[in-house]
Amino acid sequence: MNRGVLWLLALLAAAVMPLLLSSYHVDLATRILIFAVLAMSIDVLAGFVGRTSLCHGAIFGVATYVVIWVMAKAGLPAVPAFLSGVVAATLVAALFGLLAVRTSGVYFLLLTVALGMVVWGICLRWTGVTGGENGLRGQDMRPALLLARENFYWLVLAVAALAAWAMQRFVNSPFGLSLRGIRDSESRMRALGYNVPLHLFIGFAVSGFFAGVAGALYAFFNEYVSPSSVAMGQSVAGLLMAIVGGIGTLFGSFIGAAAIILLENTVSWYTDRWQAVLGLVFILTMIFAPEGILGTVRRLAAPKGRAR
Amino acid sequence: MPAALTLTEVVVAFGALRAVDGVSLSIPAGERRAIIGPNGAGKTTLFQAITGMVQATSGRVVFEDADITALPPHQRARRGISRTFQITNLFPTLTVRQNLFLALRGLAPGKFNLFGMPKPSADEAARTEAALLAARLVGREDTEVRALSYGEQRQVELAVSIVNQPRMLLLDEPAAGLSPNERAMVAEVIRALPRDITVVLIEHDMDLVLGLVDQVTCLHEGRVLVEAPPSEIRGNPAVQEVYLGRARHAAG
Ligand SMILES: Nc1ncnc2c1ncn2[C@@H]1O[C@H](COP(=O)(O)OP(=O)(O)O)[C@@H](O)[C@H]1O
Ligand SMILES: [Mg+2]
Repeated sequence: MNRGVLWLLALLAAAVMPLLLSSYHVDLATRILIFAVLAMSIDVLAGFVGRTSLCHGAIFGVATYVVIWVMAKAGLPAVPAFLSGVVAATLVAALFGLLAVRTSGVYFLLLTVALGMVVWGICLRWTGVTGGENGLRGQDMRPALLLARENFYWLVLAVAALAAWAMQRFVNSPFGLSLRGIRDSESRMRALGYNVPLHLFIGFAVSGFFAGVAGALYAFFNEYVSPSSVAMGQSVAGLLMAIVGGIGTLFGSFIGAAAIILLENTVSWYTDRWQAVLGLVFILTMIFAPEGILGTVRRLAAPKGRAR
Repeated sequence: MPAALTLTEVVVAFGALRAVDGVSLSIPAGERRAIIGPNGAGKTTLFQAITGMVQATSGRVVFEDADITALPPHQRARRGISRTFQITNLFPTLTVRQNLFLALRGLAPGKFNLFGMPKPSADEAARTEAALLAARLVGREDTEVRALSYGEQRQVELAVSIVNQPRMLLLDEPAAGLSPNERAMVAEVIRALPRDITVVLIEHDMDLVLGLVDQVTCLHEGRVLVEAPPSEIRGNPAVQEVYLGRARHAAG
């Protein structure tokens, strides 16, 4: 209960933030929230199913592409465009899930890398639809009400909070518990009557749905998408945010996304070797705080001898 | 008594090794059956074939008049076949209660509830309490399994396998590695099971086994060597040769 109050205070603080920040920083905060949702969707699999995905950036990017395409090329209004982005991402995730559910460990990881590459390749080569390397640009995508950055920030905050709450409910539901059972022992789950591949499939699709929500928001935020939005780097960044925040903590992704994006913002003024800095962050996290920021805080705050 | 389980010429081959090499046996409903035999005789592999964790290379597995040879493990579980594992196979990061909850929901439609709270129904709560009581785990229910002692983990293994009141219970060396007190407890749990549950027990401890079961099957090199009531097992020369004799040999 105590923890709930803390998160409510954090939400409140996040809600008043745009009143105090420059417009540049409001955009930065918006970006953090969007990527936190992506990182949480990755954590649903990595933390609660024991499956580390490197294709969630691609699922995210599919939603971004679809939203911008249907608005710019098919002239759909914002809300149906948003929904079609999420649906497309979920369908892609379901397809990926079908292929990935029979693998685990490094095979799962490699398969998701390959699937992500396929999406990237399609976005790069299917020039007629995706604009190839030039990408797709949307115009005046946000409804009038959301034109002000503060208003858009508040919408993103509301969606992110809702998504975080939904994912929290999901991982703690009876179904979420079955995913944690699969993480701990697939053979025991089968012996107990669970259709393990089916559960993994559903878990993957649900996780992809949330990655799609993040990607669809990103379309309205950025109003531009290119193959780099579906590239491996996007997946790695999302995973790194989840790791820095704390795998299996879910809400740690907010902290991880903030840490990575603020760092990127600071460092990129001084160096263009951002990828190397990211690698360094990963190594330092693994050595000094393998449980991530929130995971470490929770361990230190927990009464002795009891985990979580 | 109709047969609960009938195996016909079941073979499980791992490459060139026939771990189970043409086993036929029939276990009447409600019987307590022991499967004994030296290490590597194929006892665990036979359980794997009955539960579907390993697909039989050939032969037939019939459970309560249905051919289950080709069914995946979870569908066999749903027919009421439950098991323990020789090597403890639980959910270490979950509490004892959560382990039992997963066991209960494995056979219930609630496992597809994506959004609710993992709250047991009144019936599930009653079954949980009964299993905790039977396996003497009261007081440990909210501890994560990885924090339990080896003996306690074996008790959870037992609790998880009985909480659904299965039709058939397969126990793979449930008392191995336990203290005499804990072994007596395991025997007590088995003895207290309702008589309509068919129980198949793999166990090395003759004293434990022979007091518990109606019939004994001795496996050797993947084949059925002897099938006899417990009273005749100790005196059987073939069993003495491959099993007791060898055990005495190893001990001496
Ligand atoms: N998955 C497996 N792959 C290859 N060989 C196996 C496998 N499982 C068991 N075996 C072999 O099958 C034989 C029977 O093993 P097992 O059924 O575990 O014997 P028991 O339980 O009677 O001690 C042993 O020789 C063992 O090494
Ligand atoms: Mg064995």
